[in-house]
Amino acid sequence: MSGYIAIEGISRSFPSPTGSGAPTAVFEDLWFQMEKGEFVCVIGHSGCGKTTVLNILAGLDEPTTGYVIVDGREIAGPSLDRAVIFQGHALLPWRSVLGNVAYAVSSKWRDWSNAAVEAHARTYIERVGLKGSEAKKPAQLSGGMKQRVGIARALSIEPKILLMDEPFSALDALTRGTLQEEARRICVETGQTVFMITHDIDEAIYLADKIVLMTNGPGAQIAEIVVNPLPKHRERDSFHKHPLYYGLRNHLIDFLVTRSKTFAAEMAGQPFDRRRPPLVHPGVIAKAIDGEAGTQRGPSGPTLAASA
Amino acid sequence: MRASLTARAAMLSLVIFALFVGAWHIATSSTGSGTPAGMDPEYAKLLGLGATTGKSAMPTPLEVGAKIWSHLRDPFYDRGTNDKGIGIQLAYSIGRVALGYLLAVMVALPLGFLIGMSPLVYRALDPFIQVMKPVSPLAWMPLALYTIKDSGISAIFVIFICSLWPMLINTAFGVASVRKEWLNVARTLEVGPVRRAFTVILPAAAPTILTGMRISIGIAWLVIVAAEMLVGGTGIGYFVWNEWNNLSITNVIVAILFIGVVGMILDLCLARAARAVTYPE
Ligand SMILES: Nc1ncnc2c1ncn2[C@@H]1O[C@H](COP(=O)(O)OP(=O)(O)O)[C@@H](O)[C@H]1O
Ligand SMILES: [Mg+2]
Repeated sequence: MSGYIAIEGISRSFPSPTGSGAPTAVFEDLWFQMEKGEFVCVIGHSGCGKTTVLNILAGLDEPTTGYVIVDGREIAGPSLDRAVIFQGHALLPWRSVLGNVAYAVSSKWRDWSNAAVEAHARTYIERVGLKGSEAKKPAQLSGGMKQRVGIARALSIEPKILLMDEPFSALDALTRGTLQEEARRICVETGQTVFMITHDIDEAIYLADKIVLMTNGPGAQIAEIVVNPLPKHRERDSFHKHPLYYGLRNHLIDFLVTRSKTFAAEMAGQPFDRRRPPLVHPGVIAKAIDGEAGTQRGPSGPTLAASA
Repeated sequence: MRASLTARAAMLSLVIFALFVGAWHIATSSTGSGTPAGMDPEYAKLLGLGATTGKSAMPTPLEVGAKIWSHLRDPFYDRGTNDKGIGIQLAYSIGRVALGYLLAVMVALPLGFLIGMSPLVYRALDPFIQVMKPVSPLAWMPLALYTIKDSGISAIFVIFICSLWPMLINTAFGVASVRKEWLNVARTLEVGPVRRAFTVILPAAAPTILTGMRISIGIAWLVIVAAEMLVGGTGIGYFVWNEWNNLSITNVIVAILFIGVVGMILDLCLARAARAVTYPE
């Protein structure tokens, strides 16, 4: 199959909590491809297995069945090519800001001198706006600053793929907005390939090129892949004024509120190819059909027609 | 506010100290002559009280102060087996504790690491540790004397055994409870096992390990006095026992003070070390 990252039929089961009984599959038979330089967000309810998918991509977990191919090779374990920004920032508290970033840098380039490692680390600390805080310990930083260090650490190893697990969810709205803006700027500038989990719809709309919608677990599946109709160039303070914004937003909310539960019933009797989840362009086709952006939504009809 | 609290606490300490010394002074100097009231004359004679000196064997604070001063002036004299300066005796004890303790560190840290890294080994060894841990180190003494046949080395062995368990348990626990996310950071950075042990697990577990080491040094210092009383020859424990036989209660009291001070210093050193490796989360 094509794609820079290809997830091919993965499922993941955990032993049932009681010990007896069959193991339950958190998600089943996921197929999905990502191109180089794409920014993909995953949306789904808590417990549908988003973190598990990300851990499998990171190489920290293994799928029960299926496999993941990155850049033409099946992944086996973690790699410096795939950097993770953890939900709980996961900074080493006994190391300073510089120490945390330098640890990653020296892990990637083991033969570099200390001076080279430090200089490289400082570049990335500066890029996330933390110049002047290099000597501080994580405990002395605010939540937003800690997450910036996490971003600097991940970017400093110049990974081919960036994996983010709800990186901004623990932050206050203002800090979150600023960090989203900076993350987007950095990723667009460097053409970074990003796989990010979020439960914030606006965050997904602002950041993503494609939004993967997952149904509820256990037995979760990819319902559809929404192609973001907003232009690549977006401004944080005006993207919500774009004519296609509400159509997209309503489509996503609709999915989370009702369709994520009822998707199986919705699809009953209809052909559904798990290997090729429908690509949906909310608003775009609807506009072409009746000239009314954003009013068309719902389970089937225009959205599915869009994928055909 | 904080400084004033410290100042007031220091003031209160001084007052308590003065009251204590005052009460002690009154209690020991008022007995005057004759046997202390209520004491069997036979027993008093046995203790060499009253009849010979006309005075209580319980020294006054001044006598103890003078004795401390004389020990401090010349702590390292050596006039034969039973007459060595208190500095020499303390040095013997500290030497034994240091040796037994360091041996225990060398065994407990690597072993604790292995136990902590493997849930299987952790569980398998747990019953043994739980049974061995509450055994009084002195109970090992006869076994040590029988197998080692050297009283000095036996004392060191006893220190080793009693220091071992707290360090072993804390190291294993500290290593086993390193946060998964920190280990995942190392994994995603493709950090090898040795580097991971030194750059993630050790710093993460260091506060717990140091806590175990601090408990151990306290126990070791408690145990050395008793062990030296049993083994004899040298050391502060032997000094206490010897001075009891000489009926020099003054020297016994002085020794108690010195034991307390040295124990406090040992504890302070490890508290310092623990603070140096503790990280706020
Ligand atoms: N190590 C594990 N052992 C057992 N069950 C697990 C484990 N990890 C995750 N799960 C289960 O898998 C499901 C999905 O978890 P997760 O991937 O964290 O979901 P999400 O990130 O979408 O909220 C949850 O119901 C959770 O109970
Ligand atoms: Mg999650």
